[in-house]
Amino acid sequence: MQIIQRNRLDFTPLSPDELSGEEMVRPETTYFRDVWRNLKKRKTAIASLVILALLVFMVLFGPMMNSYNYYSNDYSAANQGPSGEHWFGTDTLGRDLWTRVWVGGRVSLLIAILATIIPYAIGMLIGGVSGYFGGKIDMLIMRIIDVLMGIPSLIYDILLIMVLGSGSISTLVLAFTITGWLGSARTTRGLVLQLKEREFVMASTTLGASPMRIILRHLLPNTLGIIVVGMTMTIPSVIFAEAFLSFIGLGITPPNPSWGQLIKEASEVFKQYPYRFIIPCIFVGLTMLCFNLLGDGLRDALDPRLRS
Amino acid sequence: MERKVLLETQDLRKTFEIRGRGTLTAVGGVNLKLHAGETLGLVGESGCGKTTLGRTLVKLYRPDSGRILFEGKDIWTQNRKENLHYHKDVQMIYQDPYASLDPLSVVSTSIGEGLDIHGLYRGRERRERILELLQMVGLNREHANRFPHEFSGGQRQRIGIARALAVEPRVLVCDEPISALDVSIQAQIINLLMRLQQETGMAYLFITHDLSMVKAISDRIAVMYLGSIVEMAGAETLYARHCHPYTEALLSAIPIPDPEVEAKRKRILLRGDIPSPVNLGKGCPFAGRCPRADAKCHDSCPELREVEKGHFAACHRV
Amino acid sequence: MTEHILDVRDLAVSFFTYAGEVQAVRGITWHLDRHETVALVGESGCGKSVTIQTVMGLLQSPPGRVTGGSIHFEGLDMLKLTPRELRSIQGNRMSMIFQDPLSYLNPTMRVGEQIAESYRLHHRVNRREAQAKVREMMELISFPEPERNMRAFPHQLSGGMRQRIMVAMALICSPGILFADEPTTALDVTIQAQIIELMNELKEKLDTSIVLITHDLGVVANMAERIYVMYAGKIVERGSAADIFYRPRHPYTWGLLQSVPRLDARQDRVFRYIPGTPPDLLNPPAGCPFAARCPYACRACAAYMPEETDFENAHACRCWLYHEGAEELRKKAEADWKEQGKEVGSHGEEGAS
Repeated sequence: MQIIQRNRLDFTPLSPDELSGEEMVRPETTYFRDVWRNLKKRKTAIASLVILALLVFMVLFGPMMNSYNYYSNDYSAANQGPSGEHWFGTDTLGRDLWTRVWVGGRVSLLIAILATIIPYAIGMLIGGVSGYFGGKIDMLIMRIIDVLMGIPSLIYDILLIMVLGSGSISTLVLAFTITGWLGSARTTRGLVLQLKEREFVMASTTLGASPMRIILRHLLPNTLGIIVVGMTMTIPSVIFAEAFLSFIGLGITPPNPSWGQLIKEASEVFKQYPYRFIIPCIFVGLTMLCFNLLGDGLRDALDPRLRS
Repeated sequence: MERKVLLETQDLRKTFEIRGRGTLTAVGGVNLKLHAGETLGLVGESGCGKTTLGRTLVKLYRPDSGRILFEGKDIWTQNRKENLHYHKDVQMIYQDPYASLDPLSVVSTSIGEGLDIHGLYRGRERRERILELLQMVGLNREHANRFPHEFSGGQRQRIGIARALAVEPRVLVCDEPISALDVSIQAQIINLLMRLQQETGMAYLFITHDLSMVKAISDRIAVMYLGSIVEMAGAETLYARHCHPYTEALLSAIPIPDPEVEAKRKRILLRGDIPSPVNLGKGCPFAGRCPRADAKCHDSCPELREVEKGHFAACHRV
Repeated sequence: MTEHILDVRDLAVSFFTYAGEVQAVRGITWHLDRHETVALVGESGCGKSVTIQTVMGLLQSPPGRVTGGSIHFEGLDMLKLTPRELRSIQGNRMSMIFQDPLSYLNPTMRVGEQIAESYRLHHRVNRREAQAKVREMMELISFPEPERNMRAFPHQLSGGMRQRIMVAMALICSPGILFADEPTTALDVTIQAQIIELMNELKEKLDTSIVLITHDLGVVANMAERIYVMYAGKIVERGSAADIFYRPRHPYTWGLLQSVPRLDARQDRVFRYIPGTPPDLLNPPAGCPFAARCPYACRACAAYMPEETDFENAHACRCWLYHEGAEELRKKAEADWKEQGKEVGSHGEEGAS
């Protein structure tokens, strides 16, 4: 209980300055700064981000850290275990695995990121248009997606690679794009259907905004939170799919390495040289885990309702 | 008193198909005139079609039949440029202050959207105009860079008003702008709207279920029931000399914040619920609950007739 | 003192969120007598709903926690009951109706069953006896076509009907207290009038006391005998309905009364209103919580929470204006209030039908 000295009470009116204590002063902020501030509070997400950044750094600069390149054979140094000379050892042809792992990571990560972003961008646009306009356009697009989704994506991938020829990054990205937009289009459409009934979308319509403006300025950004989470969760599956295609011989062709390619080569001699199998597996696993954890963190950070 | 007619509806009708249940008549043949600079209150209970009517007026819905005239021109036969102009002239503010602002846009972006669409101000002038609008609605300059979730309901409603105001509209359709707010905040927003009307000469179509509020601020009031206007008159006239039994029941049902008055009042309690607007019959929509209904009321729908100058009612028994 | 059916003393409730402690209710004392209707009036966030949830034992914990005070219901210390004892009281000796009936009704259960549920829970009766009781209840609330509607699901009924079902559910065990949390806010006026009428009628028939929670002063004027005005987790004024409506003392009560338009008043386009917004209860102000919005605020208000000043007839208010040192300010404030009363034309009866 506060002790009030009744005879000492001051009854002079308060000036406006003394009153305005309740107003909270906040620094100027943008949406992405706000998201970043929130993401920073989540330790696992930040740890994942740091690990991913390290991986990217190593993928870019790792091959320069020793004097080997990824394609030169050296039969005198074949099948060596990790050592001071060859940090991750060498393969059957005596190629330095340290270099090959990082160069392979370059390929795998590039495919993963491109084959996620491109199909998502296409899917969002198609889904956004479909959801916003509704009616016949929506019917048509949705039926097409239904049909395409009914066929396993691996079949398209294999067919396409057989037609276009395997081995190049662009072929793989194209193959993943053709099937990858379906899911994101569906998700976006669902989100847009909910959003377009919201009053802020009506407000924009009554201000005379064009449908494209509404879709690009209001609808898609508001789906982005969920979509980005979906994206970070898709990257691991693309890495895995690339590894799988390489494994069955439809991915990157030797001597070019990718993580999947490295795993495939090593699997043949797994019993004799387990390190050759384990090392790329660790990196694939680590990358997938980090993207998943980052996705979780992003979902929380992007949700304005969870912010305060 | 005779002011120019800005916005007019002629036998406006809007229905929605409900799968498996039939046709929902949200707006069934409404004739309204909104004069320049006036406040027309549109009152009714939930499901009476008042919100649909408001949304049809701002071109969110396309009417099934009937016309909407703005300054004598049909708004659905406009060309692209006229259409854009209509969106500048007729603006709307919304009921839910939490849903009516894009959660990802800072305040200045929300307010500036209309300016960008209509190419009204650019660069520095645009920024100045936004700050000016913020001050007009009683917010600070510092609020410009904040997100909607940082504001209270009343402040968000102010932002919504500033957004509508940005394009200098001549008609503002207010769709229950205060019903989601606290009592003390409601009065703030109403005062703001009244002040802005004096400053800019906008006409208001004020849609609400709150008859006491609408009476205090409107020049004329239209009472809606199941998609039709049942009575329309000047605010004081409607209150003192209403003649439609629904208006009478509605007025008597509203509690007055005064215990003695409440204790003395006699209520006309309507039996039953508001019927569903799906598959309406041919008679007077109110006949089912009306204490004065007779056979004729169940048979034919009464037209809106002038009972005295400027006072219209749709009832066979008047 | 012992006659109070409900006696709440110095109740304090906080919510412990990750942002910190939100002091939703900050030491409030109030009571309810038999056969009376008491209203807790205030705006959203003032703590009125939290108060009755705590009294009913429905406080979500965590994050909510009672941080002080006591609640006595018919001599029972509500805060010391075991969960089992609490359950035997909830729905039986005290019950509650909510603002949004749809979210409190089970969508997959017939309404007749739902009404019967609490009766069968608290009374050892078989299905047939329970059905008879439900039928009796349906009649009491003059529910149309009771036989058919008992077998309906909630979504098949209209909002007003659902609220009637809620009333029936709440009253089937003839509870000593009925808590009504914004019972009519979600309803249309013509339906609201029906529900108010129903509650007033049932209160007489079933001998129940009502605690009404609302921000709608019109509903309060119709139903309440005594009123507690709450602001930012405190009771700032209490008194009989007549005292609060005709002789209000607290500047917040003045503001609240002037903010609502009256159907029977002369046309007046400009309302008095309270500027600003209520304080954040994460960091409640040290002094009077209303000081920042009060036109008569002085230094003392910002520094100290006012003590309660008593007027005649159990009318009391927490405001420094009634301290002997603030006489000048008080005279000014009271003159303002009278002046505004004339302007708004209150007590005018022009044409109230």
